[in-house]
Amino acid sequence: MGVTHGGTLTARYLPGTSVVHRLPPQAKLLAVLGFAVVVVATPVHAGWAPAAYTAYLLLVLGVATAAGIGPGRLARGLVVEIPFVAFALLLPVVARGPRVDVLGLSLSESGLAAGGGLLAKATLSILAATVLAATTEPRSLLRGLERLRLPHLLVQILMFMIRYADVVGSELHRMRVARESRGFTGGGVRGLRVMAATAGALFVRSYERGERVHLAMLSRGYSGSMPGGRVVPAGARPWALALSLPAAAVAVLLTGALVG
Amino acid sequence: MHVPDGFLDPATSLTTGVLAAGTVALALKRARTELDDRTAPLAGLTAAFVFAGQMVNFPIAAGTSGHLIGAVLTAVLVGPWTAVLCMTAVLLVQAVLFADGGLTALGTNITLMGLLAVVVGYGVFRGLAAVLPRTRAGVLTATGGAAFLSVPAAALAFVLLFALGGTVDVPVGTVASAMAGVHLLIGLGEAAITVAVVGAVLAVRPDLVHGARGLRTAATLEDRRPTAAGAAR
Repeated sequence: MGVTHGGTLTARYLPGTSVVHRLPPQAKLLAVLGFAVVVVATPVHAGWAPAAYTAYLLLVLGVATAAGIGPGRLARGLVVEIPFVAFALLLPVVARGPRVDVLGLSLSESGLAAGGGLLAKATLSILAATVLAATTEPRSLLRGLERLRLPHLLVQILMFMIRYADVVGSELHRMRVARESRGFTGGGVRGLRVMAATAGALFVRSYERGERVHLAMLSRGYSGSMPGGRVVPAGARPWALALSLPAAAVAVLLTGALVG
Repeated sequence: MHVPDGFLDPATSLTTGVLAAGTVALALKRARTELDDRTAPLAGLTAAFVFAGQMVNFPIAAGTSGHLIGAVLTAVLVGPWTAVLCMTAVLLVQAVLFADGGLTALGTNITLMGLLAVVVGYGVFRGLAAVLPRTRAGVLTATGGAAFLSVPAAALAFVLLFALGGTVDVPVGTVASAMAGVHLLIGLGEAAITVAVVGAVLAVRPDLVHGARGLRTAATLEDRRPTAAGAAR
């Protein structure tokens, strides 16, 4: 288990008071989604595509700087991309079409462009999403999703998940401590059985906790919906500020399409 | 391993997004038949369990270890509709809080890992459970077969989506066979872990395993006379 426990869900959040931190979560969510849509819509094979990707990168880095997010944090966000880097590197080798020689390897031209384009698009979107996760608390993101009309029951499920993820995670951590203090080292088929018993016990404990939580909620008058503070609608200015990111990206895309 | 933004063209992303939204809406309705008004807390806690469970590294074989995807495990434990909701919640949190899986590809990821893996997995589970004897071994065999097949099924569905809406001209056959080969191995690991975990839950709380409902029999009460050994205890 190479993952740190305790505060698992807030691991990506970087407390701060920057302009980006203070934007309403629903506006940030839509802004990042819009930015990703524009990035995805940029044609890979166009001659001006590299210039457009550079412009997008500058936009994201600008927002990250305004939010006070360092390059180390952004780089750590990119770790999730690794399996797809392998896939993208494979593309020039297996794709069809005219071949070109690079360092003695016969690679497909369209595969090279496509692989590069995929990497660029994935990287840009992950950077934008990393900025979102680093500047918005999980609870606040949930409010944003609620504001964006996510079904009520799904919001409740997410709320319980976010509230109890760290509880369940630290339960798992305690089980590991207990296991290792009894001299367990793992490995082999016996290890699988021990880990499975751990996961099984974790499920039973989580489920029973859910049952207790439900009874506690019932005894406090739960009738199918959670009382919660009104979600305050955001003003026009924060919305405009948040949406300036996808708007700038659209401007880059249009410029490229017209000029290039 | 989630699909990031830009791997599939906007039309494919949009189609899978609509499909995912429709299924989740249906699952929200149907999950109430599995869990009634306990849906929110129980599905939420189960999602938290899946989220934590995906971080556990299981030793598989020859020094390799893997982690769970959990679609079939969740479906067998809490029922398919609730499982769709749990997987959706996990994927949503991973996309929004961890930038794992693109926001525009969220529909694709939910379709592959939340919907397809659960539907194929639970379908195989039900099919196998119907022909196998209604015993603990039968349920575990059905679980293993379902978990094993759910992984290559999701991988092949990804290849199909990539062939339809991918942005690159690649020989689909080559990619499909490579992906299938790798994911058959991953499927074996998923099956080993899923069977072991379901077995562990069956041993302590068989009543909590949704897929093992047929196993439940009324406990037989027997009249036991106190014996010398019992009295000595």
